[in-house]
Amino acid sequence: MTRARRWIGEHLVLGLGLLVLAYTFVPIAIVVLMSFNDSSTSRNVYKFQKFTWDNWLHPGSWADGMADSVWLSIRIALLATVVATALGTLAAFALVRHRFAGRSAANLIIFLPMASPEIVMGSSLLALFVSAGFGGQLGFWTILIAHIMFCLSFVIVTVKARLSGLNDNLEQAAMDLYATEAQTFWRVTFPLVLPGIVGAALLSFSLSFDDFIITNLNAGQEVTFPMFVYGANQRGVPMEVNVIGTAMFVISIAVVLGNEIVRRRQEKALAA
Amino acid sequence: MSQVHEGAAAPSGAHARGADGSRDLRLTGLTKEYATFTAVKSLDLVVPQGEFFALLGPSGCGKTTTLRMVAGLDTPTSGTIHLGDTEITFEKPYRRPVNTVFQNYALFPHLNIAKNVAFGLERRGIKNTRQQVADMLELVELTSQAHKKPTQMSGGQQQRVALARALINKPEVLLLDEPLGALDLKLRRGMQLELKRIQTEVGLTFVHVTHDQEEAMTMADTIAVMNQGVIEQMGAPSELYENPRTTFVANFLGQSNLIAGEIEGRDGDHVKVRVQGAVASVPGDRAHSDSGKGWLGIRPEKVLIAEAGTPIDAPGDVITGGYVTDVSFVGVSTQYSVMMPWGQELTVFEQNTGARSMLPVGTKVDISWRPEFAFLLDASQDAKAGIEDD
Ligand SMILES: Nc1ncnc2c1ncn2[C@@H]1O[C@H](COP(=O)(O)OP(=O)(O)O)[C@@H](O)[C@H]1O
Ligand SMILES: [Mg+2]
Repeated sequence: MTRARRWIGEHLVLGLGLLVLAYTFVPIAIVVLMSFNDSSTSRNVYKFQKFTWDNWLHPGSWADGMADSVWLSIRIALLATVVATALGTLAAFALVRHRFAGRSAANLIIFLPMASPEIVMGSSLLALFVSAGFGGQLGFWTILIAHIMFCLSFVIVTVKARLSGLNDNLEQAAMDLYATEAQTFWRVTFPLVLPGIVGAALLSFSLSFDDFIITNLNAGQEVTFPMFVYGANQRGVPMEVNVIGTAMFVISIAVVLGNEIVRRRQEKALAA
Repeated sequence: MSQVHEGAAAPSGAHARGADGSRDLRLTGLTKEYATFTAVKSLDLVVPQGEFFALLGPSGCGKTTTLRMVAGLDTPTSGTIHLGDTEITFEKPYRRPVNTVFQNYALFPHLNIAKNVAFGLERRGIKNTRQQVADMLELVELTSQAHKKPTQMSGGQQQRVALARALINKPEVLLLDEPLGALDLKLRRGMQLELKRIQTEVGLTFVHVTHDQEEAMTMADTIAVMNQGVIEQMGAPSELYENPRTTFVANFLGQSNLIAGEIEGRDGDHVKVRVQGAVASVPGDRAHSDSGKGWLGIRPEKVLIAEAGTPIDAPGDVITGGYVTDVSFVGVSTQYSVMMPWGQELTVFEQNTGARSMLPVGTKVDISWRPEFAFLLDASQDAKAGIEDD
């Protein structure tokens, strides 16, 4: 009895951990599995019919408009990431390093886009675009502007956290050790804030890539990948969607792993 | 360790010698005011080249502020800072031949130890820092740790890295801001000796900030005692200890018995003071007041104690009528508290020579001291100034 109890005690935490992992990974596993599903004989998307490489090997046969929607989403996500990361980083520096009138108000306002419901943000943006006379030009640029906006607050908050955690004694130590203002920034401040900036950029990309609500309201005739999936879902999701899903998953894992490998290799090189 | 002197070019910044060819650090009328608070008040200070100089004072007295102005990290409200004949008051920190060991080390967390140490040399465009870094790490005995990150090291090791990182630049002045504060007692004693050894070897000017009077006394050639933004007194450790000028110095550096007295005036090279009915004479150079009321000061270990009625081996007056209120045995010595007839408790330290057994509490005693060991201070000062409540 006590042995059984001890066994449970020892394995309970492990078992619970595995359950939680399964909870998060089962859906992803389904996506990966379905990307190899041969659905040519049936439209029943919830059933695995037969293994095939076709979904992966013949993008030409992809559902109409899917490739375009993916390409559009990637372009918007890249641009929104670059612009939001650059602007957000600068804003974070200003908010942490400079005292100015309205600083605390600005710190509060940054949280608004994160806190307010997307549907509210999306519709008020639409109202803004229309009343500014861009009602007829909704499309790539309005999507981009909307994405930059909501990415910005995430970037600012992430970089700010990193920057305020930075001991400003370090910068003074650098100056004391003959580093000019510019050298201090590039040798000390920037490398120490960089992980925050990279994290913010990755977050921006994925926020932009999968945004649906705000995008849908401001897209005009354009169709992004999330909009495509939503539309296709009315008829039954084509298996190729799972290909994109799996590819995105593999790429993010690769980025994380790559980062780790580079870091370890650098450490090893230094230790050599 | 002679390698330390060779190699890198001297830091940037002019190297004009003082009138007498020296590179003394001179602070003149140095003042730092914050909105509502004056942290440093018109400080005048000369730190001779090559000296181990200690700035000693309680927490909050303005030590860090003073160092930061010398390093160029704070701008003085008024006053000047000179190195030799070069004025550096408003020079950028990276253009001063001055380096700092920060109170919390401030090591760069993203660089390994070797890179941290090489930082200053590299910023000055010096190539091939390898050998110098290796020599420096050897000096602080961290050769095997060169590739670790600062967070992987103990407090004592980090402290030595901070020292190496500053020292490698061979600054004309090295500023140390309570560098041993975070270490435990044993490590601190070890590092004190090591710092002193390194300073002697490299021969640079060290300005060492501390609030630990024992640390200042064991390490420094000269101590400046600082209190509330001003220097109270400056001199060799023994000089400050034996002949304090203010009640703050008398209490902050060791302990003192301060007895109220009435100064009768100068008599030749002595000053006469009436204390509780007796007249004591204090050597002129130890009397820092010569009229009105005064504090007669005597260090506890200079006071001789004996059971009432037994002879005391001292040429001065014997003061009778005291009794022991507290005894504590600390190995090398015994510390007595003695209640005097005028209601003041005096502290007496007696060496445990074994000549006599301990005097128990309640014993009636006489005390005495050699007049030349006493000092006389102006009575307008608080007799409790500088007593640390710990
Ligand atoms: N930025 C500041 N504004 C106002 N007061 C300050 C500021 N920096 C330091 N002080 C005050 O100046 C005094 C001296 O500080 P500091 O030089 O750090 O003392 P120490 O190093 O001797 O402990 C302290 O009382 C501190 O509160
Ligand atoms: Mg301090």
